[in-house]
This record gives sequence, C-alpha cells and structure tokens, in this order.
Amino acid sequence: MIEIKNLHKSYKMGKNSLHVLKGINFSVEEGELVAIMGSSGSGKSTLLNILGMLDELDEGTYTLDGVPIKNLNETKAAQYRNKFLGFIFQSFNLINYKSAAENVALPLYYQRVGRKERQEKALKYLEQVGLKQWATHLPSELSGGQKQRVAIARAMAAEPKVLLADEPTGALDSKTSYEVMDLIQKINDQGNTILVVTHEEDIAHMCKRIVHLKDGVIVEDKKVEQVRAEQYV
Amino acid sequence: MFSRDNWKEIFETIQKNKLRTFLSGFTVALGILIFVVLYGFGNGLINTFNEFFEDDATNTFFVFPGRTSKPYKGYKSNRQIEFDNTDLADIEESFPLFLEYISPRVDRSGMVKYKNESNNYTTRGVSDAYQFAEKTVIMKGRYLNRVDIEEKAKYAVIGRLVEQDLFKNENALGKYIDITGSAFKVIGVFQDEAGDDEERRIYIPYTTRQLIEKNTDKVDQIVIGFKTEIGYAGAMTFERKLGDFLREKKFIDPNDERGFFIRNVADQLKQNQQFAGVLQIIVAFVAFGTIIAGIIGISNIMVFVVKERTKEIGIRKALGATPRSVISTILLESVFITTISGIFGMIVGVAMLSSLGDTLEDYFITNPFINMGTAIFSTIVLIFFGGLAGYIPARRAARIKPIVALRDE
Repeated sequence: MIEIKNLHKSYKMGKNSLHVLKGINFSVEEGELVAIMGSSGSGKSTLLNILGMLDELDEGTYTLDGVPIKNLNETKAAQYRNKFLGFIFQSFNLINYKSAAENVALPLYYQRVGRKERQEKALKYLEQVGLKQWATHLPSELSGGQKQRVAIARAMAAEPKVLLADEPTGALDSKTSYEVMDLIQKINDQGNTILVVTHEEDIAHMCKRIVHLKDGVIVEDKKVEQVRAEQYV
Repeated sequence: MFSRDNWKEIFETIQKNKLRTFLSGFTVALGILIFVVLYGFGNGLINTFNEFFEDDATNTFFVFPGRTSKPYKGYKSNRQIEFDNTDLADIEESFPLFLEYISPRVDRSGMVKYKNESNNYTTRGVSDAYQFAEKTVIMKGRYLNRVDIEEKAKYAVIGRLVEQDLFKNENALGKYIDITGSAFKVIGVFQDEAGDDEERRIYIPYTTRQLIEKNTDKVDQIVIGFKTEIGYAGAMTFERKLGDFLREKKFIDPNDERGFFIRNVADQLKQNQQFAGVLQIIVAFVAFGTIIAGIIGISNIMVFVVKERTKEIGIRKALGATPRSVISTILLESVFITTISGIFGMIVGVAMLSSLGDTLEDYFITNPFINMGTAIFSTIVLIFFGGLAGYIPARRAARIKPIVALRDE
C-alpha cells in the first residue's frame, strides 16, 4: 500500500539546513495498523506530513497504492489527499460553525458527491462511531472524545486507502483515549490501513506493528502482539 | 463554480458568521451611502451656485461714468464724465457686429403713491431693450416698447411686490400711480428671480425721465448686450474697442483707466465657471476619497476574514479542497455580500437624496441628486475592489501549506 525508499527531508533555517529525515526505507501492507513512535524532534511528524502529502520530500521515492507521489501541484495534491487519505488530528480540527454531520460530509463535498448522498453517508459513519443522535450538534457542544470520534467519522467518510492519525489521543484522558483506540482497532478490523503517530507506549502497543524513529532514521521496526483497547473501556 | 451546492455552502457560511457578514456588509453599504449623499450634496451646491448667476443675462457690459485722473488735450484732470443720448446712438452705430442691444439706465428713488398707499421705490429709466439685460418676466400687461420710448410716454412697469404693497388685492393694470408728483399709467407687472429688491422696482421710459428733469439728454449708465455668438474672446475684443472708442470720444487720455468703468459680465461668467469647475473637482475629490476609504475598509475586513479562516482553510485543504475551490468560496462570499449591501446602500442613499429635495436650500444645497450611472458605476467599482481585496489574501491563504494553516491557532 505504502512504499518509501531512501527518503530524505531537510528544512532550511536561514543559512543552516536541518536534516530531519535521513534515508527512510519503509513499507506498509494493506490492512496494517502501524504505530510510528519517537521522541519530539525524531522526525515522526515530518514523515507523517510527507505521507499525507502535506509536505514534499527532497530525495527518494514515495508510492501510494501504486501511484508515484512526486512533483504534485497544489490541485493534484488536494485531489490525491481527498481520494487516498483520511486525516485524524490531535486537535480534532473540526470546523466550528458546522454541525457534526456537516463536518463529516465535507470531504464528500470535495468529491462532488450529491447532497442527499452526502447526508446519508455522513449519518452512516456517525452511526459507526456511535454519534448518530449528535448529528445536528456543533463541535462546541461535544466532549473531546466525541469530537475525535466525529473527526474519525469524517476521515472515514471519503473511504480513503489510508488513515493517518497524528497523536489522535494526545488531547484526551486515558479512558477516552482507549475508547478512541477501540474505535480505530475496529476500523482496522474491517480491513482499513491505519498509521498512528504517538509517543505513548500503551497506545503504540494497541497497534500491530511499531516503528521507532530516532534522529531521522528508523532504529526499530517490529511486529507486536496487539493489546485490545476493549478491555479498558 | 456556480453550482447550487457551492451557493448552499456560501449561504450556510454567511448565516453562521453573522457578525462577520454584518461588518463587511455594513462597511460597503456605508461607503456607498456616504458617497451617494456627498456627491448629491455637491451637485446641490453647484445647482445653488448656478441659480445665483442665472438671474441676469451673461452677455452684458455695464458702463459707469467716473472722473478722469489725467489731463488730456487741454482738459484738466479730475473731470466728471457724463454720458448722453448721442453716446447711445454712436455706440449702436459703431459696433453693429458685436452689439445685440443697448439701453441707458437712470435710477431715481422717490415717493410713489396710489390712493392712500405710498412707499419709497427706486424708479429706473430704461429703454425697451433693458428687459433682456435683467431677464425680466412679465406676469401681466406688457413691458415698455420702442414707441413708448420715442413718445416719452408716461407708462410704468411695476414689480410684483410694488403691486402687492400699493394695490393690495386690486389689479394694478391701467391704474395711475403718482411717481414724485407725476402720474404714470401702469402697463405691466413683472417678477424677477433675484428676489425682493428687484421686485420692488419700477421701470419707466428713460426719455420720460429726461423730460421730467428739464428735458436733459444725460444718462447715468449704459447697459450693452453683445451677441452671444462672438464668444468669450469676442467679448474681450469688444470691451477693449468700446473702451478706446469712448476714451477718444470723451477726450480721455488713452491710458486713463478712471474716466469710466466697464463691468464685463462675460469676464465674471468665466470666473464663475472656473469656480463651479473647482467646486466640481472638490466634490469629485471628496467622492473619490470616500470610495477609496470604502475600498480600504472592505480590504481590511477581507484580510481579517481570511486571517480568521486560515485554520479552516487548512482543514478544508487537508480534506481535499483545491486552491481554486478555496479561492472561489471566499471570493463568491465576499462578492455576494458586497453586491447585496452595495446595492442596498446605493438605494438608501438615492432615496435619502430624493426625499431631501429642497429642504436644505438654506444651506446652499438645492435639489441634490446623483445620476443613476454614477451611482451604479461607483457601486460596481466598490464591488470589484471588494472582490479584489478578498482575492489577494484568499490566494495567499490557498497557497499556504495545509500543515502550516493547521498549526495556526
């Protein structure tokens, strides 16, 4: 599903150049649930941004579902993001003046799906995350865990190839974190490919594979026995 | 770009951001409103100005006698110059190309009586042509004519207010009034736009006045109307030639400016037109400034709106919004708001102007108006620049990387 070879990325800070990713080789099969771990400054967010086409790579190749991702203009990148990727952010990033259902329907709007179908699909995914009765509520009327679940429904709505979650539990307490992880595991059970960036060990062990990043290189890449989040909920 | 979905999205955004919508709409509406009203007031000012100077004919010279300041051909300095009937005839004969009409003017003020009513009025001895110089409008009866002048008739044309004062509700026509001891028959009543002063005048043939004054042939002043087709340059030439002619005839030193004076209304007219032109420029400048202020206002709000929405734009881009769709959403929204509120402001402004009418005449603003073309054009200008002001920050926002926009708090 994801194929990365010899990936380099550096940021120019004035005269100095900061080499963030120093030759990453990494691939993800369909249906995997991968945790990317590392301390701050290890380059894990940069890697996720490149995977999410939110940032460009300097060197190396990136293939997503057989499509080479390089030299994309803004419009093309937007179309690929819409088609291939679903994002889940630490700070939820819901649009605050839109209701839960409208937020979920937004990626479908950019896919030019008809209005009626959008509403139906939005409700369907809200139901999957257990928030159907909250469909008409604004994000400000929801709790943190509910907001993240709306965000997950939104990421799912476009039916992407890969879900990218950047610290999805970073702003949540343990109990809510496990609820969100439970949801992510269930989505993965349905065969969806998911990448989770985290620095929390327990969250990482709820995935099936852990990739450790340190100073811009992968230091460890291992399969783990998945801990089900269900038992803590 | 203009799909129903797109509009629905825009309407929802507008509905859910009422303060923002109100602020930008208010700025535009106020800008156009002030522009329309200011421009209308400016036009009202120009109207008032024109009215002041439309009262009298503008193709006129007034020649006043003076005293010489230089000795010449044996005549001493400080000699009083006087005009007489031969001067009238000579001028008429010498300048057929320039001259339209000529009339003397002999003012005397004195007691005028009818039955028991009496009052002090200025009686002006003139010829029939004088009607053109004052643009006198006859309400009833007739003005003096050439025969009246030749026969030295004891006829009088009285002002509207003279009739009101002396005759109360009676009809003055055909009645006899006593002007300083002589009886005159009223043959006409006139009105004059210049107002009360002029409407308290009485016109009689100058020849009759001369007859009363021991059959003299002197006249006080000479009023000359020139042909309008000679234009400004022609009028200036005529003035110079007339001056030379009179100096020679009255034995005045060619360089003596004080023997008599010529007041050239054409020269004044030119100055007046220049003044009106300056007024127009000031009005245009103020209006232009208002539009600029409106554009700056809407630009500020658009910059603020885009800044406020940076994070939202980042989210939308992460979800697959193309730069084009980001720009078109913001732009359509701003153009929609500016169009609606611009038209609203324009209509309110035009309605205000037309409801004002003549109520501000005391402040020198007569019939303020703005022509529809100017109003619509300025509204379109403001909408265009409102859109442009939205486009520049929107394009910048659409270009920033979603990851940067997402970090924006």
